[in-house]
Amino acid sequence: METPLVHEIPADAARRSPPRARAVSLIGPITIACGVIWGILQPYRLTFLHPRGQGLWWLLIEPPLLVAAVGVVFALVVAKPLLADLERHDAAPR
Amino acid sequence: MLPHAEMVHWLFASVMLFIGLCLLCEAIVGQEVWGARPWRKYLWPGVAFAMGVLLWPVMAFFTNSSIHMYAHGSWAEVLMLAGGAELGLVRGRLTSPLWRLTWPLAFAVTGTAFIVHEQNPWFFARSAFLHHLIGWTFVIGALAPLALVLRPRSAALQACMALTIVSVAVMLYTDRDVAPVFGHLSPLAGTPHR
Repeated sequence: METPLVHEIPADAARRSPPRARAVSLIGPITIACGVIWGILQPYRLTFLHPRGQGLWWLLIEPPLLVAAVGVVFALVVAKPLLADLERHDAAPR
Repeated sequence: MLPHAEMVHWLFASVMLFIGLCLLCEAIVGQEVWGARPWRKYLWPGVAFAMGVLLWPVMAFFTNSSIHMYAHGSWAEVLMLAGGAELGLVRGRLTSPLWRLTWPLAFAVTGTAFIVHEQNPWFFARSAFLHHLIGWTFVIGALAPLALVLRPRSAALQACMALTIVSVAVMLYTDRDVAPVFGHLSPLAGTPHR
Protein backbone atom coordinates (compact mmCIF):
# COMPACT_ATOMS: atom_id res chain seq x y z
CA MET A 1 0.00 0.00 0.00
CA GLU A 2 1.33 3.40 -0.92
CA THR A 3 0.40 6.89 0.09
CA PRO A 4 1.54 9.76 -2.10
CA LEU A 5 1.83 11.86 1.04
CA VAL A 6 4.73 9.75 2.25
CA HIS A 7 6.66 10.50 -0.90
CA GLU A 8 6.01 14.21 -0.50
CA ILE A 9 7.45 14.51 2.97
CA PRO A 10 11.04 15.65 2.58
CA ALA A 11 12.46 13.34 5.22
CA ASP A 12 16.08 14.34 4.81
CA ALA A 13 15.08 17.97 4.49
CA ALA A 14 13.42 17.69 7.90
CA ARG A 15 16.56 16.03 9.26
CA ARG A 16 18.62 18.81 7.77
CA SER A 17 16.46 21.60 9.19
CA PRO A 18 18.65 24.02 11.09
CA PRO A 19 18.59 23.79 14.89
CA ARG A 20 17.03 27.25 15.22
CA ALA A 21 14.07 26.26 13.03
CA ARG A 22 13.69 22.98 14.88
CA ALA A 23 13.68 24.78 18.24
CA VAL A 24 11.06 27.31 17.11
CA SER A 25 8.85 24.62 15.60
CA LEU A 26 8.97 22.58 18.82
CA ILE A 27 7.98 25.32 21.30
CA GLY A 28 4.27 25.35 20.40
CA PRO A 29 3.79 21.54 20.36
CA ILE A 30 5.71 21.18 23.65
CA THR A 31 3.43 23.77 25.27
CA ILE A 32 0.34 21.99 23.94
CA ALA A 33 1.72 18.67 25.20
CA CYS A 34 2.25 20.19 28.65
CA GLY A 35 -1.42 21.24 28.76
CA VAL A 36 -2.60 17.82 27.59
CA ILE A 37 -0.39 15.95 30.08
CA TRP A 38 -1.61 18.23 32.88
CA GLY A 39 -5.21 17.46 31.87
CA ILE A 40 -4.48 13.72 31.95
CA LEU A 41 -2.75 13.92 35.34
CA GLN A 42 -5.43 16.10 36.92
CA PRO A 43 -8.67 15.39 35.01
CA TYR A 44 -10.76 16.98 37.78
CA ARG A 45 -9.41 20.35 36.59
CA LEU A 46 -11.17 19.84 33.27
CA THR A 47 -14.64 20.88 34.31
CA PHE A 48 -16.13 20.21 30.87
CA LEU A 49 -15.72 16.51 31.66
CA HIS A 50 -18.12 16.88 34.60
CA PRO A 51 -20.02 20.13 33.91
CA ARG A 52 -22.99 19.49 36.21
CA GLY A 53 -23.12 22.02 39.02
CA GLN A 54 -20.15 24.04 37.76
CA GLY A 55 -20.35 27.83 37.61
CA LEU A 56 -19.69 29.83 34.46
CA TRP A 57 -16.13 30.76 35.36
CA TRP A 58 -15.18 27.19 36.23
CA LEU A 59 -16.47 26.09 32.84
CA LEU A 60 -14.66 28.88 31.00
CA ILE A 61 -11.31 28.89 32.74
CA GLU A 62 -9.63 25.50 32.92
CA PRO A 63 -5.86 25.82 33.42
CA PRO A 64 -4.72 22.79 31.34
CA LEU A 65 -6.85 24.06 28.45
CA LEU A 66 -5.38 27.55 28.87
CA VAL A 67 -1.85 26.15 28.57
CA ALA A 68 -2.79 24.13 25.48
CA ALA A 69 -4.58 27.17 24.01
CA VAL A 70 -1.47 29.33 24.48
CA GLY A 71 0.52 26.65 22.65
CA VAL A 72 -1.98 26.57 19.76
CA VAL A 73 -2.11 30.37 19.44
CA PHE A 74 1.66 30.59 19.64
CA ALA A 75 2.19 27.85 17.04
CA LEU A 76 -0.27 29.38 14.55
CA VAL A 77 0.21 33.10 15.08
CA VAL A 78 3.90 33.35 15.96
CA ALA A 79 5.85 30.19 15.09
CA LYS A 80 4.37 29.48 11.64
CA PRO A 81 5.14 32.87 10.02
CA LEU A 82 8.41 33.05 11.95
CA LEU A 83 9.56 29.74 10.47
CA ALA A 84 8.80 31.03 6.98
CA ASP A 85 10.85 34.16 7.66
CA LEU A 86 13.68 32.11 9.15
CA GLU A 87 13.73 29.83 6.11
CA ARG A 88 13.81 32.85 3.79
CA HIS A 89 16.59 34.44 5.86
CA ASP A 90 18.69 31.25 5.87
CA ALA A 91 18.18 30.77 2.12
CA ALA A 92 19.16 34.34 1.26
CA PRO A 93 22.68 34.71 -0.15
CA ARG A 94 25.13 36.56 2.09
CA MET B 1 -20.26 37.30 39.16
CA LEU B 2 -16.56 38.04 39.44
CA PRO B 3 -14.17 35.12 38.80
CA HIS B 4 -12.15 33.72 41.69
CA ALA B 5 -8.78 35.38 42.29
CA GLU B 6 -7.01 32.16 41.28
CA MET B 7 -8.71 32.30 37.87
CA VAL B 8 -7.43 35.82 37.29
CA HIS B 9 -3.96 34.51 38.16
CA TRP B 10 -4.34 31.72 35.58
CA LEU B 11 -5.45 34.18 32.89
CA PHE B 12 -2.47 36.42 33.60
CA ALA B 13 -0.27 33.31 33.66
CA SER B 14 -1.47 32.50 30.13
CA VAL B 15 -0.57 35.97 28.88
CA MET B 16 2.81 35.79 30.63
CA LEU B 17 3.44 32.36 29.11
CA PHE B 18 2.72 33.79 25.67
CA ILE B 19 5.08 36.74 26.23
CA GLY B 20 7.77 34.39 27.56
CA LEU B 21 7.49 32.12 24.52
CA CYS B 22 7.69 35.12 22.17
CA LEU B 23 10.82 36.36 23.95
CA LEU B 24 12.33 32.89 23.80
CA CYS B 25 11.68 32.72 20.07
CA GLU B 26 13.21 36.15 19.56
CA ALA B 27 16.29 34.96 21.46
CA ILE B 28 16.51 31.86 19.25
CA VAL B 29 16.05 33.46 15.84
CA GLY B 30 17.69 36.82 16.55
CA GLN B 31 16.30 40.33 16.33
CA GLU B 32 16.80 40.58 12.57
CA VAL B 33 14.52 37.65 11.72
CA TRP B 34 12.09 38.50 14.52
CA GLY B 35 11.69 42.00 13.11
CA ALA B 36 11.15 40.75 9.54
CA ARG B 37 7.41 41.39 9.90
CA PRO B 38 6.56 44.76 11.41
CA TRP B 39 3.62 43.50 13.51
CA ARG B 40 5.84 40.99 15.28
CA LYS B 41 8.08 43.72 16.69
CA TYR B 42 5.08 45.20 18.48
CA LEU B 43 3.64 41.88 19.62
CA TRP B 44 5.11 41.20 23.04
CA PRO B 45 5.64 44.86 24.07
CA GLY B 46 2.01 45.52 23.09
CA VAL B 47 0.75 42.52 25.04
CA ALA B 48 2.84 43.59 28.06
CA PHE B 49 1.36 47.10 27.85
CA ALA B 50 -2.16 45.64 27.59
CA MET B 51 -1.42 43.49 30.65
CA GLY B 52 -0.51 46.64 32.53
CA VAL B 53 -3.80 48.25 31.50
CA LEU B 54 -5.76 45.16 32.55
CA LEU B 55 -4.11 45.20 35.95
CA TRP B 56 -6.10 48.34 36.79
CA PRO B 57 -9.49 46.53 36.84
CA VAL B 58 -7.79 43.77 38.81
CA MET B 59 -6.70 46.42 41.29
CA ALA B 60 -10.21 47.83 41.47
CA PHE B 61 -12.13 44.55 41.80
CA PHE B 62 -9.75 42.14 43.52
CA THR B 63 -8.12 44.12 46.29
CA ASN B 64 -9.14 43.50 49.87
CA SER B 65 -6.62 45.77 51.55
CA SER B 66 -4.68 48.97 50.91
CA ILE B 67 -1.40 47.11 50.51
CA HIS B 68 -2.94 44.87 47.82
CA MET B 69 -4.14 47.99 46.05
CA TYR B 70 -0.69 49.55 46.15
CA ALA B 71 0.90 46.32 44.90
CA HIS B 72 -1.49 45.85 41.96
CA GLY B 73 -1.38 49.57 41.15
CA SER B 74 2.43 49.62 41.10
CA TRP B 75 2.48 46.54 38.81
CA ALA B 76 0.06 48.22 36.46
CA GLU B 77 2.21 51.35 36.35
CA VAL B 78 5.58 49.65 35.80
CA LEU B 79 4.20 47.21 33.22
CA MET B 80 2.61 50.03 31.25
CA LEU B 81 5.84 52.02 31.52
CA ALA B 82 8.07 49.12 30.39
CA GLY B 83 5.67 47.96 27.66
CA GLY B 84 5.18 51.54 26.45
CA ALA B 85 8.93 52.24 26.44
CA GLU B 86 9.57 49.04 24.46
CA LEU B 87 6.85 50.06 21.98
CA GLY B 88 8.49 53.47 21.65
CA LEU B 89 11.88 51.88 21.05
CA VAL B 90 10.71 49.46 18.36
CA ARG B 91 8.72 52.26 16.69
CA GLY B 92 11.78 54.50 16.75
CA ARG B 93 10.12 57.29 18.73
CA LEU B 94 12.50 56.60 21.61
CA THR B 95 16.14 56.24 20.75
CA SER B 96 18.04 56.04 24.01
CA PRO B 97 18.76 52.41 24.99
CA LEU B 98 18.48 53.55 28.60
CA TRP B 99 14.70 53.25 28.18
CA ARG B 100 15.32 49.49 28.44
CA LEU B 101 16.06 50.14 32.13
CA THR B 102 12.29 50.19 32.55
CA TRP B 103 12.32 46.35 32.37
CA PRO B 104 14.66 45.73 35.31
CA LEU B 105 12.67 48.43 37.12
CA ALA B 106 9.43 46.58 36.34
CA PHE B 107 10.92 43.29 37.55
CA ALA B 108 12.33 44.82 40.73
CA VAL B 109 9.15 46.74 41.61
CA THR B 110 6.99 43.68 40.88
CA GLY B 111 9.20 41.39 42.95
CA THR B 112 9.38 43.81 45.86
CA ALA B 113 5.62 44.36 45.78
CA PHE B 114 5.03 40.59 45.82
CA ILE B 115 7.30 40.12 48.83
CA VAL B 116 6.10 43.17 50.74
CA HIS B 117 2.37 42.63 50.29
CA GLU B 118 2.48 39.01 51.45
CA GLN B 119 2.22 39.30 55.20
CA ASN B 120 2.11 35.57 55.96
CA PRO B 121 5.17 33.30 56.21
CA TRP B 122 6.25 30.96 53.36
CA PHE B 123 4.40 27.84 54.57
CA PHE B 124 1.15 29.55 55.65
CA ALA B 125 -0.60 28.35 52.46
CA ARG B 126 0.26 27.82 48.81
CA SER B 127 -0.58 31.38 47.82
CA ALA B 128 1.74 32.76 50.52
CA PHE B 129 4.53 30.44 49.36
CA LEU B 130 4.01 31.51 45.77
CA HIS B 131 4.01 35.21 46.65
CA HIS B 132 7.42 34.83 48.29
CA LEU B 133 8.76 32.59 45.51
CA ILE B 134 7.49 34.79 42.66
CA GLY B 135 8.74 37.89 44.46
CA TRP B 136 12.28 36.55 44.83
CA THR B 137 12.23 35.14 41.29
CA PHE B 138 11.41 38.60 39.95
CA VAL B 139 13.99 40.35 42.16
CA ILE B 140 16.78 37.96 41.12
CA GLY B 141 15.43 37.74 37.55
CA ALA B 142 15.76 41.56 37.25
CA LEU B 143 19.47 40.95 36.68
CA ALA B 144 18.75 39.53 33.21
CA PRO B 145 16.98 42.62 31.77
CA LEU B 146 19.52 44.80 33.58
CA ALA B 147 22.38 42.99 31.83
CA LEU B 148 20.42 43.24 28.56
CA VAL B 149 20.68 47.02 28.77
CA LEU B 150 24.45 46.62 28.54
CA ARG B 151 24.42 43.74 26.01
CA PRO B 152 21.14 44.14 24.09
CA ARG B 153 21.95 41.53 21.44
CA SER B 154 22.86 38.75 23.86
CA ALA B 155 20.67 35.73 23.05
CA ALA B 156 21.62 34.05 26.34
CA LEU B 157 20.45 37.01 28.42
CA GLN B 158 17.26 37.32 26.39
CA ALA B 159 16.61 33.61 26.92
CA CYS B 160 17.21 34.11 30.67
CA MET B 161 14.61 36.88 30.74
CA ALA B 162 12.19 34.72 28.74
CA LEU B 163 12.64 31.71 31.02
CA THR B 164 12.16 33.88 34.11
CA ILE B 165 8.81 35.00 32.71
CA VAL B 166 7.84 31.44 31.74
CA SER B 167 8.73 30.15 35.21
CA VAL B 168 6.64 32.89 36.85
CA ALA B 169 3.76 31.84 34.56
CA VAL B 170 4.13 28.24 35.76
CA MET B 171 4.12 29.44 39.38
CA LEU B 172 0.95 31.48 38.74
CA TYR B 173 -0.73 28.41 37.23
CA THR B 174 -0.10 26.51 40.48
CA ASP B 175 -1.84 29.20 42.53
CA ARG B 176 -5.02 28.26 44.39
CA ASP B 177 -7.12 30.49 46.62
CA VAL B 178 -6.75 28.11 49.58
CA ALA B 179 -4.51 25.07 49.21
CA PRO B 180 -1.64 23.41 51.08
CA VAL B 181 1.98 23.72 50.05
CA PHE B 182 4.17 20.64 50.57
CA GLY B 183 1.58 19.40 53.09
CA HIS B 184 1.53 22.66 55.07
CA LEU B 185 -1.66 24.68 55.48
CA SER B 186 -2.31 26.98 58.39
CA PRO B 187 -5.73 26.45 60.02
CA LEU B 188 -6.09 30.24 59.77
CA ALA B 189 -5.98 30.07 55.95
CA GLY B 190 -9.43 28.47 55.60
CA THR B 191 -10.76 25.30 54.00
CA PRO B 192 -9.08 24.11 50.80
CA HIS B 193 -11.62 23.74 48.01
CA ARG B 194 -9.92 22.12 45.03
